[in-house]
Amino acid sequence: MNWLKPSWQAVLAILLCLVALALGAMSKPEAAALADPAASFDYPYFGIKTPMIGLAVLAGLISMLRISSLAEAVVLFVGAHLVAWMLISGIAGFEGTALAPYFLLLAAAWLLAWRCVAVLSGLRPMAKGVRMALRLIIPAIFGAWILIIWEAVTRGAGIPFILLPPPSAIGARIASSLPVLGADVRQTIFKAVIFGYVVGSGAGFLVAIAADRVPFLRRGLLPIGNMVSALPIIGVAPIMVMWFGFDWPSKAAVVIIMTFFPMLVNTVAGLAASGHMERDLMRTYASGYWPTLLKLRLPAAAPFIFNALKINSTLALIGAIVAEFFGTPVVGMGFRISTEVGRMNIDMVWAEIAVAALAGSVFYGVVALIERAVTFWHPSVRGG
Amino acid sequence: MTGTSPAVVSASKLGLTFQTNDGPVQALSNVDLTIGKGEFVSFIGPSGCGKTTLLRVIADLEKPTSGTISVNGMTPEQAREKRAYGYVFQAAALFPWRTIERNVALPLEIIGLSRAEQAERIKRTMELVNLSGFEKKYPWQLSGGMQQRASIARALAFDADLLLMDEPFGALDEIVRDHLNEQLLELWARTNKTICFVTHSIPEAVYLSTRIIVMSPRPGRVTDIIESTLPKERPLDIRETPEFLAIAARVRDGLRAGHSYDD
Repeated sequence: MNWLKPSWQAVLAILLCLVALALGAMSKPEAAALADPAASFDYPYFGIKTPMIGLAVLAGLISMLRISSLAEAVVLFVGAHLVAWMLISGIAGFEGTALAPYFLLLAAAWLLAWRCVAVLSGLRPMAKGVRMALRLIIPAIFGAWILIIWEAVTRGAGIPFILLPPPSAIGARIASSLPVLGADVRQTIFKAVIFGYVVGSGAGFLVAIAADRVPFLRRGLLPIGNMVSALPIIGVAPIMVMWFGFDWPSKAAVVIIMTFFPMLVNTVAGLAASGHMERDLMRTYASGYWPTLLKLRLPAAAPFIFNALKINSTLALIGAIVAEFFGTPVVGMGFRISTEVGRMNIDMVWAEIAVAALAGSVFYGVVALIERAVTFWHPSVRGG
Repeated sequence: MTGTSPAVVSASKLGLTFQTNDGPVQALSNVDLTIGKGEFVSFIGPSGCGKTTLLRVIADLEKPTSGTISVNGMTPEQAREKRAYGYVFQAAALFPWRTIERNVALPLEIIGLSRAEQAERIKRTMELVNLSGFEKKYPWQLSGGMQQRASIARALAFDADLLLMDEPFGALDEIVRDHLNEQLLELWARTNKTICFVTHSIPEAVYLSTRIIVMSPRPGRVTDIIESTLPKERPLDIRETPEFLAIAARVRDGLRAGHSYDD
């Protein structure tokens, strides 16, 4: 069997297709039509059911032939996504009527996509551009399948909109509410989060250096900083609203409180991270406190400081959104979530969640990129 | 001894006691020592004999608890503040975020030299340690021997007349070590610096030094001072000559004598 290289995903996918075929009806209307051939029922996948299953089987079979890995990946990619697209578009108008073969076919398509990602992960291309593209394509397929399965299951099983809207509905909602979402992002992220993040992290950094320079601050400030970090945000947020008013400054204040402490502890730990030998070296140069700080201790602390900046990038977003639950002008991501939940507009809540997740990832990603550029020398970055 | 030239380091009745959780530990006791200009002095002894501590006292990285010591006629602290010496540690201790060139420039930045003067000194010291062409590399891109050479370049960039070296080649393999020893002698001959060199290798000490100071532990003290009779010009195969072996035997005897009342 030199021309065949079996993979368990493809074999299982073909088996699932055959079981789906044997079980018959894909949906309740089709089952009714089969039970009563005389009556004329409108049912999904009329005429495309066999081609659809055939396509999945064919893609599975071709992928197991001894062809190049790239061709195999392309066949699997096209097969899996065509079947998924036919499945999802076919169920339109018949939501909630899917039977077992629908889900079996979905599982088969997912297995083919799995195999596709496995093949792509095994590729070792030489060209740098191709390697870069692969690094993006693999997680993209992975993420796309979370959405595909979410979409197919919510639509096929008819899950109530309130519990979990399909991603297509959330996407439509995002597209139709761009001005509102934009205003919310401006209010929450560009005002409260950025300001609070910069001031909170900056203050934590400066206080850490002060505590390092002045011993009594180290003894006195660190325990107090510890206590501040233990304050419950739910309790602090309304007080900040009373102090700083309804608009974004009160949210920025909550973000400052949340981001201050991680930066303080990490910087204090980082300033102690330089080795004895390096500090002795600076001493032999009769180097003063500030040159030693700038040339040795701060660069050595950079990995710690960036750790705090990454932790803070997500904390700041959470803090600002939660703080908006306690009083805000009629704009802002947290405000939108709390009011739209009350009005049962769950798709709008999900739209805000999606925007927050995207903004948080971008924020984190930018900080991580700067970290790679600044701490290129650290073994965790240069790899070895 | 070099008699006519002024002493670079002179210590008398020097003692240092560390206060530890297990009570006081006497690291140095009653050390008398004079090092003249242009000498190459090795300190040899088993671990714990205080040879590194002695070097650190000269460098003002430790404070003696008794006796007196002067470096270039000043207290060690004044000498350190005048940047009277370059110090080479057991490990290269290069900063990984700086290129080799910027590492060598580090002490020059701290003294506040102009960019042009920095560049000139970097070029000169990099040539001195045979590292030309590696200026733009990062320390982690070089081998251990090259890193240690870069750290010697950094100590030389200072242009101090005294070079303190604390087991600088201890972590390197035999072949690299021989090579660096040869280069160090060549460098010493060319620059005419005073070098204090801590080691626990007898051949290394005998090969390099004009004077070998044998130390013994608990408490750390000087047990023997051996003047080398070898010529200043020393090819590597001088280590096979009877003269060399005789000095090595005397060092070994000194070390053994120091050990004898150690249970």
